[in-house]
Amino acid sequence: MSANLLLQYGFFFAVLFLLAWPLGLYMARAYQGDLPAWMAWLRPLERGCYRLAGIHPDDDMGWRRYAGAVLAFSLLGVLAVYALQRLQLWLPFNPQAMANTTPDLAFNTAASFVTNTNWQSYGGETTMSYLTQMLGLAVQNFLSAATGMAVVVALMRGFQRKEAGGIGNFWVDMVRSTLYVLLPLSLILALALVSQGVVQSVAPYASVPLTQAVDYEQPKVGADGQPVLDAEGKPVLEAATAKEQTLALGPAASQIAIKHLGTNGGGFFNANSSHPYENPTPVSNLLQMLAIVLIPAALCFTFGRWVGDLRQGLAILAAMTAILVALLAVEVWAEQAGNPLFERFGLATQGSELMAGGNMEGKEARFGISATSLFITVTTAVSCGAVNAMHDSLTPLGGLVPMWLMQLGEVVFGGVGSGLYGMLVFAIVGVFVAGLMIGRTPEYLGKKIEAYEMKMAAVAILATPLAVLLGTALSVMVEAGTAGIFNPGAHGFSEVLYAFSSAANNNGSAFAGLGANTPYYNTALGLAMLFGRFMIIAAVLAIAGSLAAKKRIPPSAGTLPTHTPLFVVLLIGTVIVVGALTFLPSLALGPVVEHLQMVGIR
Amino acid sequence: MLKELKPALILLVLLSALTGAAYPALVTGLAQATLPDQANGSLLKENGQAVGSRLIGQPFSEPRYFWGRPSATAPMPYNGGSSGGANLGPLNPALEAAVQERINALKAADPGQQAPIPVDLVTASASGLDPHISPAAARWQAPRVARLRGLPEVQVLALLERHTEGRQWGFLGEPRVNVLTLNRALDRVAP
Repeated sequence: MSANLLLQYGFFFAVLFLLAWPLGLYMARAYQGDLPAWMAWLRPLERGCYRLAGIHPDDDMGWRRYAGAVLAFSLLGVLAVYALQRLQLWLPFNPQAMANTTPDLAFNTAASFVTNTNWQSYGGETTMSYLTQMLGLAVQNFLSAATGMAVVVALMRGFQRKEAGGIGNFWVDMVRSTLYVLLPLSLILALALVSQGVVQSVAPYASVPLTQAVDYEQPKVGADGQPVLDAEGKPVLEAATAKEQTLALGPAASQIAIKHLGTNGGGFFNANSSHPYENPTPVSNLLQMLAIVLIPAALCFTFGRWVGDLRQGLAILAAMTAILVALLAVEVWAEQAGNPLFERFGLATQGSELMAGGNMEGKEARFGISATSLFITVTTAVSCGAVNAMHDSLTPLGGLVPMWLMQLGEVVFGGVGSGLYGMLVFAIVGVFVAGLMIGRTPEYLGKKIEAYEMKMAAVAILATPLAVLLGTALSVMVEAGTAGIFNPGAHGFSEVLYAFSSAANNNGSAFAGLGANTPYYNTALGLAMLFGRFMIIAAVLAIAGSLAAKKRIPPSAGTLPTHTPLFVVLLIGTVIVVGALTFLPSLALGPVVEHLQMVGIR
Repeated sequence: MLKELKPALILLVLLSALTGAAYPALVTGLAQATLPDQANGSLLKENGQAVGSRLIGQPFSEPRYFWGRPSATAPMPYNGGSSGGANLGPLNPALEAAVQERINALKAADPGQQAPIPVDLVTASASGLDPHISPAAARWQAPRVARLRGLPEVQVLALLERHTEGRQWGFLGEPRVNVLTLNRALDRVAP
């Protein structure tokens, strides 16, 4: 392990915690409408929104009404994104004349962006108009993130309030998330990214001459505009020479900033954050990784402040960080060790100051192994799903780490809001298990944990494994599912398992070899995303409503303290045991078998 | 849920205008006013003409040029209009075949070079547009380029050094060589 690697990683975590702390405390104030002077000028905008929409900000919602508002807002979001894609050819800001998308792709993309998944069955620069990207996809980057933040704020109120009927007002929580947190941070980040070379323009794609013309083969197109097929049904290829290079441009920086801050992850370009116009330098890479974890980490501080004991938030943060660091170590070890194939070919694979070495297939030279491994771990621990490398080309264990991080339920930092509410559900399960061991009624933060909370916690924890395992099992049994598999052998199974893990847990990254832009996968994965997102939200809001209605009981000698290292270990254990028990059998069929095959060939 | 549809619709319209129109318009305006070079693609200009982008690689296959990372974009390599990687798994026989083919091409272009080939020179980049190779991959090619251009190898190595970027801020990312700017400089020195 090199000194540089420790420096890159240490710097990342130091800056992250230094930024998350004040941001978390700021959010604790902002959600109560208590804005510092330098943000108060936005307040008329907030009030104007409420007035136009006929919302009374003091109108306290019960959990069912809160959930209804979440669903209504999300449903309209799905319809808007669907419509924009189906009509984009006839709408403005489409200089490349992108065609309207197919119904199944439009459904998949709409579900994907509204659920904060941002799985992409399409390539951005070859499919979506500038208008669809700005007014459909980028808008949902903001609003799906704001929805997740609102739900965790409602859950925090459940812990905070005593014998209360409501858990807050969804519209207020959502508007405040957008106006006071996401928009200001996005503006700053977008301009910082442009300074590094991320493009931001509404001009058509540029064209530049190639220094050396390049010969290539392309499918021959007949007079009817269709590819010409030979006797065996394969496309006929014809020789061509390229003398020019097209450079895809677009309003990318504004969308990429919120793509990371909102843990969305849907790339402006097909290659996502490995594209040099989307992530041009190591500094832009650092900024993007920080932006992914910033709000999820900050929310731990917000939580601690709201329940009146910052140590409660720090315990959650410590558990998340410990899991992240442990899996990061496995990831970077696996990728630096590389693929034995390259050693059999006699290539130079040792990392040094002159080359990154390791498994460079599907990676970018400017990021090498260290910065790429950190990005992979962060983007899957958090339900972001932006990628700066092609995960399909990772070594077997290097691919197992991101897959398992998603399967843990996206609670290791997790999505904005969704990560913390998922982790709090695990905390409830943790104190329940501890309560069973010492024979006491479990309690968490002064609230008794009873049968109703446990049932809802079980629903929240079991919903995504159900979608992942059933979806994977179905897909490897039907022809429409196996037809999309790109890589042979165990790796092909991993592609399908990764896809459903990513969709149901609302991550959005992919083993991108999988041909997922088909009616079957677009529909199945779209349904998995909706199920994974809204089942958990409904269960979490039910818990919030139930907790808010309870009395707060003072701690006694039998209370398990929830800010101690012991509790951190208990919480980590709960997450790991549930994740391992649920997914080890399926992981054994994919990455584990592949790893054994790989070392066996050596 | 139905009662919430009206505020939902109005807020969706208002927030769409704010985050989907006003916000990107503001970023575009500020970026174009203060950082026009970066906002428009960091184009590489010679005599006022754009000849490429400092951030986007170009394909090179003639032995007199330095070669960049293999690119898996379709239909031609380094297609800046359709980015993407090869997505080949580590045990896929197609990966083995592709790497073998690239090794053969590099060895055919310089049979005298016996040093092990740096791995980044025979593995496809993630974007298919990677503008960089590692300094080791550039040095491996320096004897070939020097010979074919009739330049002393030290001069090529010195040029290579000038087009090498260190780790950013001294510790972030990896040291790397920009293949396009290096090759354009070569064309100017020894056409």
